[in-house]
Amino acid sequence: MSSTRAPLIGQPVERKEDYRFVTGTGQYTDDIVLPRQTYAAFVRSPHAHAHLRSLDVAAARGAPGVLALYTGKDLTSVGGVPCGWLIHSIDGTPMKEPKHPILAEDKVRHVGDPIALVVAESAREAKAAAALVEVEYDVLPAVVNPATAAASSTSVHDIAPDNICFTWAVGDKAATDTAFARAAHVTRLSLINNRLIPNALEPRAANAHYSPASDSYTLYVTSQNPHVERLLMAAFVLGIPEHKLRVVAPDVGGGFGSKIYLYAEEAALVWASRRVGRPIKWTAERSESFLTDAHGRDHVTTAELALDADGKFLALRVDTIANMGAYLSTFAPCIPTILHATLLAGQYTTPHIHCQVRAVFTNTAPVDAYRGAGRPEATYLLERIVERAARELAIDPPELRRRNFIRKFPYATPVGLTYDTGDYEATLDRVLELADVRGFPARKAESERRGLRRGIGYSCYIEACGIAPSSIAGALGARAGLFEAGEVRVHPTGKVTVFTGSHSHGQGHETTFAQVVADKFGLPLEDVEIEHGDTAKVLFGMGTYGSRSLAVGGSAIVKAADKILAKGCRIAAHLLEASDEDIEFRDGAFRVKGTDRSKSFAEIALAAYVPHHYPIEQLEPGLNENAFYDPPNFTFPAGSYVCEVEVDPDTGAARVDRFTACDDFGNVVNPMIVEGQVHGGLAQGIGQALLEGCRYDEESGQLLTGSLLDYTLPRADDLPNFLVQTVKGTPCKHNPLGVKGCGEAGAIGSPPAVINALLDALAPYGVRDLEMPATPLRIWQAIEAVRGKR
Amino acid sequence: MPNLSYHRPSSIAEAARLARDDPDAKLLAGGQSIIPSLKLGLLAPSAFIDLGGLPELRGVRLEGRSLRIGAMTSHAEVANSPEVRKHVPALAHLAAGIGDRQVRNRGTIGGSLANSDPAADYPAAVLGLGAEVRTDRRAIPADSFFKGLFETDLGRDEILTAVEFPLPERAAYVKFPQPASRFALVGVFVSLTGKSVRVAVTGAGPCAFRVAALEQALAKRFAPESLNDITMPADALNADLHGSAEYRAHLIPVLTRRAVTQALA
Ligand SMILES: Cc1cc2nc3c(=O)[nH]c(=O)nc-3n(C[C@H](O)[C@H](O)[C@H](O)COP(=O)(O)OP(=O)(O)OC[C@H]3O[C@@H](n4cnc5c(N)ncnc54)[C@H](O)[C@@H]3O)c2cc1C
Repeated sequence: MSSTRAPLIGQPVERKEDYRFVTGTGQYTDDIVLPRQTYAAFVRSPHAHAHLRSLDVAAARGAPGVLALYTGKDLTSVGGVPCGWLIHSIDGTPMKEPKHPILAEDKVRHVGDPIALVVAESAREAKAAAALVEVEYDVLPAVVNPATAAASSTSVHDIAPDNICFTWAVGDKAATDTAFARAAHVTRLSLINNRLIPNALEPRAANAHYSPASDSYTLYVTSQNPHVERLLMAAFVLGIPEHKLRVVAPDVGGGFGSKIYLYAEEAALVWASRRVGRPIKWTAERSESFLTDAHGRDHVTTAELALDADGKFLALRVDTIANMGAYLSTFAPCIPTILHATLLAGQYTTPHIHCQVRAVFTNTAPVDAYRGAGRPEATYLLERIVERAARELAIDPPELRRRNFIRKFPYATPVGLTYDTGDYEATLDRVLELADVRGFPARKAESERRGLRRGIGYSCYIEACGIAPSSIAGALGARAGLFEAGEVRVHPTGKVTVFTGSHSHGQGHETTFAQVVADKFGLPLEDVEIEHGDTAKVLFGMGTYGSRSLAVGGSAIVKAADKILAKGCRIAAHLLEASDEDIEFRDGAFRVKGTDRSKSFAEIALAAYVPHHYPIEQLEPGLNENAFYDPPNFTFPAGSYVCEVEVDPDTGAARVDRFTACDDFGNVVNPMIVEGQVHGGLAQGIGQALLEGCRYDEESGQLLTGSLLDYTLPRADDLPNFLVQTVKGTPCKHNPLGVKGCGEAGAIGSPPAVINALLDALAPYGVRDLEMPATPLRIWQAIEAVRGKR
Repeated sequence: MPNLSYHRPSSIAEAARLARDDPDAKLLAGGQSIIPSLKLGLLAPSAFIDLGGLPELRGVRLEGRSLRIGAMTSHAEVANSPEVRKHVPALAHLAAGIGDRQVRNRGTIGGSLANSDPAADYPAAVLGLGAEVRTDRRAIPADSFFKGLFETDLGRDEILTAVEFPLPERAAYVKFPQPASRFALVGVFVSLTGKSVRVAVTGAGPCAFRVAALEQALAKRFAPESLNDITMPADALNADLHGSAEYRAHLIPVLTRRAVTQALA
């Protein structure tokens, strides 16, 4: 009954989910309209920092269609938005963890901070009523610039008078300092990793419903991790039993990190749904997304690299100020520490590294993980300083990197990680060839004939993905585990439903995971369905971020599938009158080794559910298995990128002309999806380098880039055709699929390649530094500054 | 969005009457500027008077030595019009560079001019070609049409009906887009008609303006080199996140040189 077929793993299988997406039949949170639906709007602070003197809600309460209005005073029995990581300062004290109220209590701390929740019969009435709430503010000076926050005479929170949340460090400071003392050359660099606003296509949305019949809540929400949302909401915010809250994250239109977190709006809706007695829905307007989605990056950094006379890296010293924003978002403290400083070895054997991170509060939106989360910040500073060192020492930049590559694995870095495997030379060699680096001088000359300056830049990144082993995460301050859960349910007919605790919001789990399971059981792809995103269906989950879905979630599914096969073997042994050890599963059937006797996968499934002839004393009926997988280590994808830019020196306009990426993601299940992930990451990374930059007014704390009129997202015509290739590299050694993760690589590796290329193009003018985003204005100013004209 | 009434008049006279009778009503053309303002709560008109039902406001016609473009002609229609492409290709090129496909299919030349956004493209062409703006009651020369930030010579209830563009011998428009909005950070329209040179700049001031120094230099000789030694003062130019006044001042001669090169090509 079985047929041998080519494995699906490794095939560019078209995405199963795309049919519903391209035909407009996806189900997003805003598409869900419940019986007796009501709608919410939030009254938000127009000020960055102010005391709430008084609130007059009478007019709003009486406005047409209004059902309820709540302010911070109504929510005193409710906890604040919790933080999922605890970081300790160098002196051993825990980070300052101010309360993040669901609705502002006495103070507002950033523009957009929610003050009141209005519930009405329609979204329009809710919004109109919200505009009638009269708030008197005592406006306070705003702390805006992270670089000077600690010196400000204004405090965002009373418990952190100097606005310092923590001062943390990793690495051996004394050894690092000693290495600097005997260095032949020291390269220095100050930089800013520009603040970004995520802008998922689908804005945040929630629809909360309380059922008196079952005394339980249901929350539909744009979340990357519904179980974590449920845990935090039930246990830490609302104090309701976890089993009385169901969280559903249906189709979600992109997240990039911004939908990992528990947000105040969602908690407010769940809380109010019981009081109002009707379901309440809220969908952020784009302007609200700009103001209140957790932003990304925002580091102010100085770095120094010590080298010996041969260009070997002796030590790296980094000092970073990380902006936390007004409140600690769910993962915020771990981003500039655990996900940033521990990556500073990069691909290099630098023996001594010390990094100090000072996290500060400011009157700006909270800052948390955004595609890459900490690792882009690490890669940017490292690959910038390496390239600057190469320039200073007149060594070819790829050559300098080559001299310092890690070549022996496993490799323990001086900042706490152990790389299991890698081959950095392989990706570098390949990318230099693919990018036709040899042809660069000719292309440069050709550009010059058109009055343009061409430059080439490199970047060799590493990332820690598959986040993470729970024990390591716990030691580093995580307040949760970081395993993943999966369930494989074989139905009586041999069809399969797989439940995963990871969540797809664009990543294509429904296809990739189905390929894995279909291969496991020798089934056609159509026989496997992937379910995710509903706490009532999926046993548990830690969600999707940090390129962990396949490496951790996929591994859990593989473990559960192995249990299915093990049980199947025992059922088959009974039916085929053989001993358990004599049964093997091969080519879609359970076979008695060395004979032609076999039972198909479907026959065994049926036998499990119709156990007429069944080893009922030894084996339970049914064919359904769970597994939890906690990885022994992170995975370490790595790669090399080459960027070529053209700059118009008269206007400062820059264009990425060629971008070549060569990545080692270990084994690849669906190369088309992987390529798509790299494309998206590159678009965001190039966006960060050239286009995107969140700006607040330094005085008032008003968001200056509060819409797409001023915040530049990359568009298709801002990008070249990418040349993207994954090498058949070094499979991860410690997960059953040998996969490493690919979701963030593009965003991590590309920004330094772009800036390095720009600096190469501008080197003839004497420009040594450029801030991101390198807009035409900034490039022109950089040229003018060294020309000394201005 | 607020509640408001909607009218769709079937003659210019009826539209004019509706506008006169309700001082809080707003004319509606393509809606590409007014609807966003409405949604952002910047505007709360009592009614819309939709000009979409007036075919006489739509279309491109060659009339002797000028091109008449109806107020309700969309950017896409101008961009694709064989007459415009033949006689003033620079204008077709300008229209093709406005916003995106959706905006070009809805937005109109009349709406753009009446709105007089400081970074809009059309004002540069109207000024740079010395066009004449026609309304339901008079003709306004380009040089006295643009009055300031979102301000024109149009009366409150005056309806822009068409624009008459004289045909230039040579013309070109070069736009340097603001990276996010892709409106003009600076846009320069140059034209040469007989001995007359016009250089009109958008994006750099409160509304489009001409630059006499550049025009005079080009009138001597219509060539990019004529501008080599000319610098623009930065005072009174726009400054924002995307461009300082100095940067805009720098771009004006750079883009003018490029426009002249294109016009000569
Ligand atoms: C995403 C986006 C990108 C854009 N990019 C650009 C760009 O790159 N360059 C650019 O120049 N523009 C751009 N625009 C603006 C666009 O060109 C608009 O279409 C134009 O500014 C307004 O034209 P409209 O027909 O849409 O007018 P509406 O929005 O309908 O009206 C605008 C104003 O003009 C008044 N009005 C309209 N018609 C008349 C009339 N006949 N007589 C008197 N008053 C009238 C209205 O009452 C209103 O006050 C963009 C718009 C959007 C939404």
